[in-house]
Amino acid sequence: MSAGVLSVRVLRVGESVSLRVRRRPVVVGFVLVAVALGLSVYSLGTGEFSIPPGTVVSALLGGSDPASAFIVRDLRLPRVLCAIFVGVALGLSGAVFQSLTRNPLGSPDIVGFPQGASVGALIVITMLSGSGLAVSLGAMCGGALTALAVYLLSFKRGGTSGYRLILIGIAISFLLVSVTDFLLARARIEDAQEATRWLLGSLNGRNWDDVRPLAISLLVFLPLAIPAGRALRALELGDDAAHALGLRVERSRLALIALAVGLVSVTTVAVGPIGFIALTAPQIARRITGTAGLPLVCSALMGAVLVLAADLAAQRLVPDRALPVGVMSGLFGGLYLAWLLSTEWRKGRRG
Amino acid sequence: MAAGTVTEVRARGGRFTRSAGLAIAFGLLAFAALLSLGVGARSIPLGEVVDALVQEGSSQNEAIIRNLRVPRTLLGIAVGGAIGVAGALMQALTRNPLADPGLLGVNAGASAAVVIALSLGLAGATSSVWFAFLGAAAASVAVYAIGTAGRGGATPVRLALAGTAIAAALTALIYGVAMTDQKLLQQYNFWSVGALGGRGRSQLEAVIWFIAIGMLLALALARSLNALAMGDDSARALGAKVGRTRIGGAISVTLLCGAATAAAGPMYFLGLTVPHAARALCGPDQRWVLAYSAVLGAALILVADVIGRVVVRPSELPAGVMMAVIGTPLFIALVRRKRIAQL
Repeated sequence: MSAGVLSVRVLRVGESVSLRVRRRPVVVGFVLVAVALGLSVYSLGTGEFSIPPGTVVSALLGGSDPASAFIVRDLRLPRVLCAIFVGVALGLSGAVFQSLTRNPLGSPDIVGFPQGASVGALIVITMLSGSGLAVSLGAMCGGALTALAVYLLSFKRGGTSGYRLILIGIAISFLLVSVTDFLLARARIEDAQEATRWLLGSLNGRNWDDVRPLAISLLVFLPLAIPAGRALRALELGDDAAHALGLRVERSRLALIALAVGLVSVTTVAVGPIGFIALTAPQIARRITGTAGLPLVCSALMGAVLVLAADLAAQRLVPDRALPVGVMSGLFGGLYLAWLLSTEWRKGRRG
Repeated sequence: MAAGTVTEVRARGGRFTRSAGLAIAFGLLAFAALLSLGVGARSIPLGEVVDALVQEGSSQNEAIIRNLRVPRTLLGIAVGGAIGVAGALMQALTRNPLADPGLLGVNAGASAAVVIALSLGLAGATSSVWFAFLGAAAASVAVYAIGTAGRGGATPVRLALAGTAIAAALTALIYGVAMTDQKLLQQYNFWSVGALGGRGRSQLEAVIWFIAIGMLLALALARSLNALAMGDDSARALGAKVGRTRIGGAISVTLLCGAATAAAGPMYFLGLTVPHAARALCGPDQRWVLAYSAVLGAALILVADVIGRVVVRPSELPAGVMMAVIGTPLFIALVRRKRIAQL
């Protein structure tokens, strides 16, 4: 910890702007960017048709033979960009959620957002036989309504306790899972398989039309994350201290929740619910950077790395069967959660 | 705790009251069974139901009752009783009011093992029960090991969280395996909804002996469970074999949950709801709680099944979905009670 304090630098631009910069998060950030780039190039270069990394890079920069340029830029790049954008959004939203609830488990996965989104989407697919945008809207409504219901049900005089929120989230999730199972069992086989793929979150078959809305929404949301980081640091000190620092506590909290839910919704619309990235990315980022709070930038980058890695594993692990990325993230996320819980408890934390 | 227990036992009256209560519960079960035989896509009057049961006939209604509804009802009684007893056992063993085979990952373990066995071509309809046992046992050991890590011991919240984590990983695994094969996916989607309909007589015959053994084992443990309720040290002082009781209980839970899940698919919240109702009716004596849980579990699942047949006629809502709808509010009420939320 003391090494961390010593490595703080102050960055000044003119008279009015000054930032405290710690070295380790910055280094970690650059490493994460490098890892993400490496994974992207690997992902772009492998598949049914292998392309050497050098050619991939030159194809990206616009100077290679037309065949590799087509494969890299039109076929594989949208998928990789989707993975990066989704990862950034999920990592960031997870960090905001966990900071707000002051609980490593306070992620959209735990309060039933993905399950609610699934039910919303399935109702649209199987009952209203909608597709495309309608499915995404159904998912968004379902997720938001579920999160709201869980929050309200866990609210009691004196606010919501973290663990009550989580337990009620679990209960509602179970209810929604059995509704999902039921809707799936009633659906036609083709619908069911398509729906299952969507439910798990899949990056298969993404093209530029999927990337554009994601990129635009991220352009809207990401600048908001800068004031969000400042507000979060203040809120971590407690409501009274934050108020004393000149923060409008309730308004900031509402805005932060809106930001986090907005980010999750964007990803859900684009690729379906990808479980556990929002839960794990901020925690891993915090452990690596060694910061006291959750580092927003590193969480976002870590999210991108995790989604890229999970997608690669899902594509390559079972030969000639591309699994949805959600299978990998769910499998490893669940195991990670189990490990996180047991180590936290072994250290004798409360709960 | 101990003093409260004693007064509560007295307040619930003596042996006679509880026997009478159990008789009423049996009456309820019989009524639910009659409903389950009579109500459905084709309603059959009660008189005809009784006729079909007592004498041979050849009308269409009698064929429906004998070939479809009797096996379905018997399956419901076996599965409901098994899960009710398993829930009561889990709650007593872990002294955890939130214990439920679904919440603690036991169902997910059984499901994952069955799906993997099916995908590798290792299991048929009858041998899948062995894989269900294996998966149920492995998952419950894992959840318990994680939940008891550290000094605080296994609190209800810890076990529930550990169960969620393990269940999430297993569910992803199940889908990952099932996605590779369309037929398997369809089979799994059909089976993953806990339901009594369309399961057939062979499923019941495959598991009935395991359920019987599990229940007998549970009843044999009842006395030690009473001692265990006072804490491990007091139980030892009272002469109960704590380790042996835990292991016996775990075996019984595995048999009951594995068999029930293999036969009817995962049922959530049944194992949570029933023991709470049982304790409210008969007090904390485990011998009675187990008996009440068996009868009430069977009755409740039949009622859920009947309601599921009625609400969206002529189609059906599976019993598993109805159980989740009934059980979730109860769970939320339990969690909102201060005592548990602060554990």
